[in-house]
Amino acid sequence: MDISTHNPDTDDTPPPIAPPAADAEQKRAARGATRPGDRIFLALSRGSGIFLLVIMAAIAVFLTYRAYLAISEDDANFLTTFEWNTSLVPPKFGIAVLAFGTVVSSIIAMVIAVPIAVAIALFITHYAPRRMSGPVAYVIDLLAAVPSIVYGLWGALVLVPHMDGLFGWLNHYLGWTGVFSWDDGAPRSMLTVGILLAVMILPVITNVSREVFRQVPQMHEEAALALGATRWEVIRMSVLPFGRSGVISASMLGLGRALGETMAVATVLSPDFDIHASLLNPGGGTFAQNIASKFNEATEFGRDALIASGLVLFVITLLVNGAARMIIARRSEYSGANA
Amino acid sequence: MSHAAAVADKSPSTLKGASLPRWSSWAIAAGALVLAIAIGLAGGLDSKVQWGLIAGILFILATFGIAAKVEGRRQAKDRVATSLVWVAFLLAVVPLVSLLWTTIQRGVKVLDVYFLTHSMGVVADSEAGGGIYHAILGSLEQVGLATAIGAPVGILTAIYLVEYGRGNLAKAVTFFVDVMTGIPSIVAGLFILSLMLMLDMQPFGFAGSLALAILMMPVVVRSTEEMLKLVPNELREASLALGVPKWRTILKVVVPTSIGGIITGVMLAIARIAGETAPVLLLVFGNPFINANPFEGAQASLPLYIYQQYSQSAGSTAAYDRAWAASLTLIAFVMILNMVARGIARWKAPKTGR
Amino acid sequence: MAKRIDVSGLTAYYGSHKAIEDISMTVEPRSVTAFIGPSGCGKSTFLRTLNRMHEVTSGGRVEGKVLLDDEDLYAAGIDPVSVRREVGMVFQRPNPFPTMSIFDNVAAGLRLNGSYKKSELADVVEKSLKGANLWNEVKDRLNKPGSGLSGGQQQRLCIARAIAVEPKVLLMDEPCSALDPISTLAIEDLIGELKERFTIVIVTHNMQQAARVSDRTAFFNLSAVGQPGKLIEIDDTERIFSNPSVQATEDYISGRFG
Repeated sequence: MDISTHNPDTDDTPPPIAPPAADAEQKRAARGATRPGDRIFLALSRGSGIFLLVIMAAIAVFLTYRAYLAISEDDANFLTTFEWNTSLVPPKFGIAVLAFGTVVSSIIAMVIAVPIAVAIALFITHYAPRRMSGPVAYVIDLLAAVPSIVYGLWGALVLVPHMDGLFGWLNHYLGWTGVFSWDDGAPRSMLTVGILLAVMILPVITNVSREVFRQVPQMHEEAALALGATRWEVIRMSVLPFGRSGVISASMLGLGRALGETMAVATVLSPDFDIHASLLNPGGGTFAQNIASKFNEATEFGRDALIASGLVLFVITLLVNGAARMIIARRSEYSGANA
Repeated sequence: MSHAAAVADKSPSTLKGASLPRWSSWAIAAGALVLAIAIGLAGGLDSKVQWGLIAGILFILATFGIAAKVEGRRQAKDRVATSLVWVAFLLAVVPLVSLLWTTIQRGVKVLDVYFLTHSMGVVADSEAGGGIYHAILGSLEQVGLATAIGAPVGILTAIYLVEYGRGNLAKAVTFFVDVMTGIPSIVAGLFILSLMLMLDMQPFGFAGSLALAILMMPVVVRSTEEMLKLVPNELREASLALGVPKWRTILKVVVPTSIGGIITGVMLAIARIAGETAPVLLLVFGNPFINANPFEGAQASLPLYIYQQYSQSAGSTAAYDRAWAASLTLIAFVMILNMVARGIARWKAPKTGR
Repeated sequence: MAKRIDVSGLTAYYGSHKAIEDISMTVEPRSVTAFIGPSGCGKSTFLRTLNRMHEVTSGGRVEGKVLLDDEDLYAAGIDPVSVRREVGMVFQRPNPFPTMSIFDNVAAGLRLNGSYKKSELADVVEKSLKGANLWNEVKDRLNKPGSGLSGGQQQRLCIARAIAVEPKVLLMDEPCSALDPISTLAIEDLIGELKERFTIVIVTHNMQQAARVSDRTAFFNLSAVGQPGKLIEIDDTERIFSNPSVQATEDYISGRFG
């Protein structure tokens, strides 16, 4: 494919059998970009690739620059302050609460969503009656496409009122831990946010895991069956080990979504700028939610401060994605020849 | 058969596992449910969710206990795994069905032709009336412009990676496309915002388009790449061997072969950005009036409209109804795009004969 | 401990398609029986009905009886999982578990059933690998992934895995078709040793192989494409290859079709 042997100096519609290329031109012809058409097309497509790189660089540079403008004026420690007052003179703001809330809500979402998503993926590929698995997969597929703002609206108007019972129950039996204590406020808390995020990332994780489980070679499953394995043992011996890296990457994809989710958190959470031990009492905040909620009233400086917090979110998502890729790369070495 | 019985007497069968009858799962489920309701009533638990949770836990415990007793531990584990998978499935179905059901049921209340053809120009957020014409118009313009930028760049980049890409530049592009896929939408919005702050600009529709285009590009690159990779090399070689230049080979052979998949990928990407709210909130700002010019002045957009109806209405039912109706419209738009895209994918699937 | 297989009137379906029809035969314990016949004649399908692997394929179902020492595998109350423990199987392409080490691959079947002490497990693994003539080649790298072995070694690993659980019968579905001649020879020698302990049924495309390894040979054929496969005859291998009683068998063996 890279060795093009066509004649470089004919026009664009050469005869079916091209004469041998002239020696001098051969080297350049081998690179495949000698005619005007080829050169223009290569320039266009390579230019697009370079354009993408420029955008990425620009995102990093501009965000860092605006963040620098904000942080250099910050009178408090940007990383540890429990406060967001950008209109004070001098301004005081920090991301501690946001980082905490973002991590906590995402962890709750992952803890709930990953096992359920894996179970649903197994349901579709290995447990559901054949007539059922197709439609179920299709519906989950479509649910992955529901816009996040709709999940947010549903979360705020349907999920929140339904959380009272669960919260009361958790408070009654587990309230003594502090983590599940509840003062009967509106259940617009981190736990509700986590549950909503779990519902949102569930289809994403399910879809990817399902594809991976479906690709498990029949012969690995038969190997387990022929040893006298039950269905669950087949899954444990052949399906899960084969799909592990896929499930991890699916989960990281979901985690990335949960970390950066804006609207669903902004509609459900009733935020404040403090870290609470209880997951049930309202309060706290996330990076994305804080940006969306504070943006309207923010001055230009306030916006720079929000950009600074966005930069931190950006770095966190980069780290999560990088970690996911490393895990996958390491796993694939061991799984070796699985043809 | 009497012979077999005689043999079975001699040495106990190793093949026969005592097994529960088929109806046992249903019986255990029914028993668990009855018991859960009884516990719920006796303990004064009024939430149906709690009843369901108790029933689920009882079902799994009972299944394990009974199966372990009758069939042995391995079978019991297998049965528990089966029930857990089913419970997980049912557990997940509840919120998803509730989401669709609520949106449809509450959305159809105000969704009519009037709603689709009028703006919020003279309607206060807490009053009934008004519509989403301005939001639909804004969404179509912003998404259209984003597609006009994002789709060509994405497709050309994918062509570069598959057809030309070797060496460090291609590696860097591949890596950063991966990175870009993970950018939260609000960060893309903040990036354009930082440019606007620099140039001292006010919100306008096209700014939103730029952020949406950034979100769209990596998605298009990935899906197009996958499709181009499906085109067998023999096709390219056949064309090149006829003396057709590479760029014409790509345009006349490679791209047409995979065009169905490429279009599908672009449509799915459109469906994704059409629902984005965060960048639009930062860059386009929202506007109750009709503004048909995406290059000047604040515009509305459908997802942003939903958010603002929810957040700026102080709990007015009329505004919530409008939010649900707009949600229904948005979901319908996204779903139709999805279904059409899947239809095209199936209809124009590359015949690679794998 | 090897068991006799007694099949009567067995018909197997894929959905509504009848794959094999009305097959009856007896397989003696501690013998090697080879199934030969043209592609699509249903010999692999028949083999898979002998340990209820056929029903794993969607739409797969069976009519008739398969007696394992007088116990019908398809009778009510029979657990297919237990059946597959008694009747082991080796597949066409070697399929060691890709994420498990060589040791774990062999121990996989044992670990399913109850807990073993580490030393017990190591003993059985060593015995099975020796039984599969693989011990000397892998004893220094038992903790390496099984997928790192050569094709022939992988297939012997799969045989070790199958015999580790001490089945009564060992089914082999074209075990050498993906292997080179030297690996094939190693497997054939192994089959000769294994028949001292197990009842062995082997499907093969290679008639020389059938002649070399088996005591009895069954010839399957189908009247036309899409028609169900049938058992044409089963007899001592020597007779099948020298003086078969059915003309079609002779035609097939002498290479006139198939």
